[in-house]
Amino acid sequence: MLKVKDLNIRYGGIHAVRGISFEVSEGEIVAMIGANGAGKSSTLRAICGLVKPEKGSSINFLGKDLTSAETNQIVRQGITMVPEGRRVFPDLTVRENLILGSYFRKDPQGIKEDMDWVYEIFPRLKERREQLAGTLSGGEQQMLALGRALMSRPKLLMMDEPSLGLAPILVKEIFEILKDIHKQGVTMLLIEQNARMALQLAHYGYVLETGSIILEGTGEELAISEMVKKAYLGE
Amino acid sequence: MNFQLFLQNLANGISLGSLYALIAIGYTMVYGILRFINFAHGEIIMLATYFVYFGILIFSMPWWLAFIFSIILTSLLGMGIEKVAYKPLRDSPRISILISAIGVSFLIQNLSLVIFGGRPKAFCQPSIFTKMVTFGNVKITSITFITPIIAGILLYFVTYLVNNTKTGMAMRATAKDFDTAKLMGIDIDKIISLTFTLGSALAAVGGIMWGLRYPQIHPFIGTMPGLKCFIAAVVGGIGNIPGAVLGGFMLGIMEIMLVAFLPGLTGYRDAFAFVLLIIILLVRPTGILGEKIAEKV
Ligand SMILES: Nc1ncnc2c1ncn2[C@@H]1O[C@H](COP(=O)(O)OP(=O)(O)OP(=O)(O)O)[C@@H](O)[C@H]1O
Ligand SMILES: [Mg+2]
Repeated sequence: MLKVKDLNIRYGGIHAVRGISFEVSEGEIVAMIGANGAGKSSTLRAICGLVKPEKGSSINFLGKDLTSAETNQIVRQGITMVPEGRRVFPDLTVRENLILGSYFRKDPQGIKEDMDWVYEIFPRLKERREQLAGTLSGGEQQMLALGRALMSRPKLLMMDEPSLGLAPILVKEIFEILKDIHKQGVTMLLIEQNARMALQLAHYGYVLETGSIILEGTGEELAISEMVKKAYLGE
Repeated sequence: MNFQLFLQNLANGISLGSLYALIAIGYTMVYGILRFINFAHGEIIMLATYFVYFGILIFSMPWWLAFIFSIILTSLLGMGIEKVAYKPLRDSPRISILISAIGVSFLIQNLSLVIFGGRPKAFCQPSIFTKMVTFGNVKITSITFITPIIAGILLYFVTYLVNNTKTGMAMRATAKDFDTAKLMGIDIDKIISLTFTLGSALAAVGGIMWGLRYPQIHPFIGTMPGLKCFIAAVVGGIGNIPGAVLGGFMLGIMEIMLVAFLPGLTGYRDAFAFVLLIIILLVRPTGILGEKIAEKV
């Protein structure tokens, strides 16, 4: 579904992502783990066109080359991202945030169904639909960011650290919800610091270190690898 | 000063204020989205009056057609300025885009001076705008009450657009966070372009009404209303649309009242706006309705 080849990202003198290649197949959950500054967010941002990769990089989604496409076009192809730190629109209401998630869609009936679906997954958002998003708690904002992403009815949902700053019980809840969403046919690419949860959920995973993929394998393989255990699971 | 005279001045102040409000919205919307003051906005006002002038003189248009012609041309011009002078600088420091705006302003002023000449020209004065009307025993010219009616309709339209439509939501989202707006599938170039077009259209209407009020036009005619409306926007809280409207009305009413009650200070009429600006900035740096945190994430 998504094929990334030789992805290189530079910020001025910093070579943040160094020629990585990976794939996400339809129906899978793929996790990418790595320490701070490894280049995880940069990778996702390049896929959505928010940073321009170096020449020679290639990003292909469902047979279409997206390497130099504009973000608003990429989103229309069915890729969406829950950005790092949620980034809800603080002075728009919960409902308006969700509507913006479906901004480019032209099917009012489908949008309405998806809105009901999101409210069903997150009843808390429904209760607070006329509240300004900036006044939601961190956990609620994460739910909103996720709900907003679902409103585009994505084929590929990318998430940049959905568990960041959430209490353990809420992290569990969010991961349960991700499982449910995946069952409804959404493919996922997930970045996490919380390697344990991510590898439990994921079919396949990549370990990123200073801009390079140093290890890959199925979720279980990675979870029992000595290297991952030591560096990311703290065992 | 009797009550009747007071009402007459109040009507006049409201009229001038509504005109300021129309123009101030352009400053505040552009600031809201791009965080810079579009100093070329005053020149937009000036050009709108010349477009009317030439519409009538060269194309022999009836005045109302010349107005529409001018509004359309001015909107396109606002859009064009953004494309040429601001868009290429969008990722540069704010100061570059600000300097570019000042450059555009000087360029248009001086180009106009060369092309149109410095001698003032007479703006059209259709009789429908110059009639005297009496409400009770208050006598005003018809433009004095037509201005706030038209301004009111337009202000309602803009507020509705921004608050209740999907495009308006996209504008508010873009104003907060470019990247996340893009992730929603919003074409932010289009939204920014629309903001300039809309702001320029309102400025054109403001300019035309300015011309009807003070029917002498010259290449520097936009400077003073431009500066005052910039002040109105800042006083109300830059970036905030109701703030710009409030600031516009405050400035217009206070200015007229100052002249009416203290005729000795008439000469300081224009300076008054700046005094108000300084006072407000000292007391409330974010303006009356300004957001506390104006920083973009
Ligand atoms: N806009 C930018 N300008 C300059 N350098 C940047 C920029 N964005 C990221 N970097 C650098 O690129 C490297 C990778 O950053 P990135 O955000 O992709 O890391 P990450 O793996 O997501 O880290 P974290 O887990 O802390 O979020 C870092 O060294 C960072 O400082
Ligand atoms: Mg990151």
